[in-house]
Amino acid sequence: MFQKILIANRGEIACRVIKTARKMGIGTVAVHSDADRGALHVQMADEAVHIGPPPASQSYIAIDNVMRAIRESGAQAVHPGYGFLSENPAFAEALAAEGVVFIGPPKAAIEAMGDKITSKKLAAEAGVSTVPGYMGLIGDAEEAVRISREIGYPVMIKASAGGGGKGMRIAWNDEEAREGFRSSKNEAASSFGDDRIFIEKFITQPRHIEIQVLCDAHGNGVYLGERECSIQRRNQKVIEEAPSPFLDEATRRAMGAQALALAQAVGYTSAGTVEFIVDGARNFYFLEMNTRLQVEHPVTELITGIDLVEQMIRIAAGEALPFAQEDIRLNGWAIESRLYAEDPCRNFLPSTGRLTRYRPPGEVAAGPLLDSGKWQGEAPAGEAAVRNDTGVCEGGEISMYYDPMIAKLCTWAPDRAQAIEAMRVALDSFEIEGIGHNLPFLSAVMDHPRFVSGEITTAFIAEEYPEGFSGVELPEAALRDIAAAAAAMHRVAEIRRARVSGRMDNHERRVGSDWVVTLQGARFPVRIDADPQGSTVTFEDNGTSRRVQSSWTPGQALARLEVNGRPLVLKVGKIPGGFRIRNRGADLKVHVRTPRQAELAELMPEKQPPDTSKLLLCPMPGVVLSLDVAEGEEVQEGQALCIVEAMKMENILRAERRGVVAKINAAPGDSLAVDDVIMEFE
Amino acid sequence: MNDILQELDSRRAQARLGGGQRRIDAQHARGKLTARERIELLLDEGSFEEFDMFVTHRCTDFGMEKQKIAGDGVVTGWGTINGRMVYVFSQDFTVFGGSLSETHARKICKIMDMAMQNGAPVIGINDSGGARIQEGVASLAGYAEVFQRNILASGVIPQISVIMGPCAGGAVYSPAMTDFIFMVKDTSYMFVTGPDVVKTVTNEQVTAEELGGAATHTKKSSVADGAFENDVEALSEIRRLVDFLPLNNREKPPVRPFFDDPERVEPSLDTLVPDNPNQPYDMKELILKVADEGDFYEIQEEFAKNIVTGFIRLEGRTVGVVANQPLVLAGCLDIDSSRKAARFVRFCDAFEIPILTFVDVPGFLPGTAQEYGGVIKHGAKLLFAYGEATVPKVTVITRKAYGGAYDVMASKHLRGDFNYAWPSAEIAVMGAKGAVEILYRSELNDPERIAERTKEYEERFANPFVAAERGFIDEVIMPHSTRRRVCRAFASLRNKSLKNPWKKHDNMPL
Repeated sequence: MFQKILIANRGEIACRVIKTARKMGIGTVAVHSDADRGALHVQMADEAVHIGPPPASQSYIAIDNVMRAIRESGAQAVHPGYGFLSENPAFAEALAAEGVVFIGPPKAAIEAMGDKITSKKLAAEAGVSTVPGYMGLIGDAEEAVRISREIGYPVMIKASAGGGGKGMRIAWNDEEAREGFRSSKNEAASSFGDDRIFIEKFITQPRHIEIQVLCDAHGNGVYLGERECSIQRRNQKVIEEAPSPFLDEATRRAMGAQALALAQAVGYTSAGTVEFIVDGARNFYFLEMNTRLQVEHPVTELITGIDLVEQMIRIAAGEALPFAQEDIRLNGWAIESRLYAEDPCRNFLPSTGRLTRYRPPGEVAAGPLLDSGKWQGEAPAGEAAVRNDTGVCEGGEISMYYDPMIAKLCTWAPDRAQAIEAMRVALDSFEIEGIGHNLPFLSAVMDHPRFVSGEITTAFIAEEYPEGFSGVELPEAALRDIAAAAAAMHRVAEIRRARVSGRMDNHERRVGSDWVVTLQGARFPVRIDADPQGSTVTFEDNGTSRRVQSSWTPGQALARLEVNGRPLVLKVGKIPGGFRIRNRGADLKVHVRTPRQAELAELMPEKQPPDTSKLLLCPMPGVVLSLDVAEGEEVQEGQALCIVEAMKMENILRAERRGVVAKINAAPGDSLAVDDVIMEFE
Repeated sequence: MNDILQELDSRRAQARLGGGQRRIDAQHARGKLTARERIELLLDEGSFEEFDMFVTHRCTDFGMEKQKIAGDGVVTGWGTINGRMVYVFSQDFTVFGGSLSETHARKICKIMDMAMQNGAPVIGINDSGGARIQEGVASLAGYAEVFQRNILASGVIPQISVIMGPCAGGAVYSPAMTDFIFMVKDTSYMFVTGPDVVKTVTNEQVTAEELGGAATHTKKSSVADGAFENDVEALSEIRRLVDFLPLNNREKPPVRPFFDDPERVEPSLDTLVPDNPNQPYDMKELILKVADEGDFYEIQEEFAKNIVTGFIRLEGRTVGVVANQPLVLAGCLDIDSSRKAARFVRFCDAFEIPILTFVDVPGFLPGTAQEYGGVIKHGAKLLFAYGEATVPKVTVITRKAYGGAYDVMASKHLRGDFNYAWPSAEIAVMGAKGAVEILYRSELNDPERIAERTKEYEERFANPFVAAERGFIDEVIMPHSTRRRVCRAFASLRNKSLKNPWKKHDNMPL
């Protein structure tokens, strides 16, 4: 076994690999850029080597710099994580040249699977079912139309070297095929410098389901079940689960067998993932093979009890797999939510800045990973597991240079419903402040009836949130739970206030038991009967009551309560005269008042938020790259007004309606904060 | 006998109606509550004891003798806020537009006299059209009687003004002399002369809202200390403020049960100050992480944002916080920020509220606008206020403490009790770049040499240890332990006794 390995990555995956290596008694070397000097992975590793300035191109994917770190530290092997150098054959070659072990597949396998056309050919040869399509090079638009007709519409026209939706078109007829071919070819040439195009059947009701495989260098291979990754936004996975709620045992077995056949056909070793697209009739077609550890690997670990990183290291060290296919059991259900520094209410724009508060829910060990002794860390055991893979800590910085993923929150439970419920509570307990993040969106999906039913496709987010995400409206039962909790908390806070020093003896304030709670436009008169164990909150409109128990004290940002015996976790903040309460993706202004206060509050006019329609506000922190209009200029709806760069992305801000630019408050090069006024209209 | 009791009941009912249901409805339609409704929200339920309910005016001119309404446009009395006594007057806009008559003024003076005698704050709710014109000079005399009491009460009992409607002309000078002024957005305004007179005299076209609304006074003029969305929110936040304040200058600030560990460690503070000395950070994060339960009552939040002032509690006890804000103008001192902080420091000192100062100040803002505006004397106000303050003073320098601004910001030399610095502190006459340009003027055309000199200067002075060696810094502390260190420092100062020499009063540079 290796004495020391280097992790050529950063963030949560570097931390993840370090944990397993430490458990195996292997020394760890972290690498870091200037921006990551104080990062968590640097703190966790035994040694750390600086490899360059913040941009990844000059640090994490600069092969020379990483090789220098390897030499300096004397690491015998390198784990590449995902992204960066993980699927770079040149890196594998550089390592081989210096006799350093690459904890991953052989270079030939990376190369074979790295090209879409080659990989599809190999897959077809290995007997893997592939999407009907034409894999040869297509000369011109007319040939594209002929091929499309042979395959049968709808078809997808794709760039061979493409990815992330670039150079991809869907055609439903000859005309669209002709046009799609031309534009894909142009886009492919400009984006990838490779204008090869192929055409395949477009799958309806598609699901993204992938098979995890593990192969050693002794000819043994197993598949570890599937992961369903259909909840995606613009091809970025958001929520994954294992197993898939859709597959039956026969399909699973067939997919597993084909995935292994492909792996063996290319001489694969280490952990790998074969991605399939599955249609509504459970027909599955090969998509691509990822020759690395996947982001979403924890869900597989949670249902199999196998530490994938450990197996990758052992395989790289020449060990044989300690189990065979018949030893693999899928047990229970695991879900992963990816927490991104993206503001869902601002069309998922990236957000950067300081994590002024970062308190993930406490981890709980349970399930196969606990039973097999492979659980990482010191979590207490429980019924449902909570695992949080993260690379940041409170006071850390989400920088513009890297992936905006903050953490991967996973839950495991004996069945899907319980795993979802555990995830809801875990998301409610996750405290992040200082930056925009997608926690509310993740909570919303966990409560979405279609997600709960398991009837999902890769179009789930586009179909269910066509106008984007604008927060959550809670159903009445949930509102009443929160109202009861807020009333009980308010009473506790008021009693404390009435215990301030300097009171007039014998004329103290008596805190009453009748209250009116207003939230989300609803109004609930309640009565609180408190006893030493908790409070019974009775709703006067329907006579029902709820029992609230909690050890919450005023000022606590996270309230853990039980309402009628069910856990309720609220994020509690202050607003003038009330609470800000966040729960299940909803962000509520909650007021608890005496009946008289409530009566008078109803006389207060509702104020309209200030009219910002005549302003162009900066939607994200960033730098102004250019201004495309001048003061006094008339602009049309949709016209580009200016470009703001944030997280290396150029965001074009457009006019929402016709108007005349009255005043411009920013200049190219200015750094702007959210809601800074860029320009005013007449 | 029954009839007599009945008589009282009906007189009370009549008085409680003020200007009548029609005017009450009109008040509500404007989004405003009535004088009595406001008192109900301000005070603990059922605690209000009214004075002078049946007082009426004595004017006989302009047919006024036929219009007499019990109470004469102002409701006065006392009650409790969380069991602590306060006096209150609330002008009733439904009665003669809340205008101030001789008797109206006398009612206010009566409760102010009692508040002084009995040591309790006065909270004035202003909603008045101005002087009762029919009474002429008698009304003006009434204002002056109130002014005189405001002046004598200043520094003896806390005085809080809440502007909940018009407050114009001479009427503004009573709130102006109280400790705090709060306004309600969209329904209150304050000015010495209204838009009509402004137009006649200066030809300026301006609305009442632009001239004296809440936005004007919280952001531009700094006349108001805060603004709230509506009457209900305003009165609930005034209750919150009163919980921080002592009842009078003979008492210590209140203590409240607290649920926050004084030993709480905040590891994230170790990364609050960025590596790059020119990068700003939010000083409010430090305030919130040091305060009990993250509870901060900010004063003048919208004005001179380069300095932050407000109240927190440490171990349940009120502490006034003054902090440079690097996010705005690099946290420098200027005319506005000096005035804002000086007034706050003097309030704290007058009422025995200990002062916690967080320092990250690159110096005074340069420029003609500042010099012509008299930054010398305005800056001196803050210096004066800190220097004369005898309350416990604890100071933490987080980063820059340059030049004269270092001296001003509650330095050891101004009788600071505990002067702490974070390891990132730089206590020096100025930044390295500026210093080198003066010290090595002859080498300015040799950039390499200058870079070397700059580095030399940084190594020598860009740290807290030079000051610590001289005892100007009592201790260099870890950022994550700031709450614990500051709590212990104030705990040790609970019996502090310090007196300034006797004088009639000082002559601070007003």
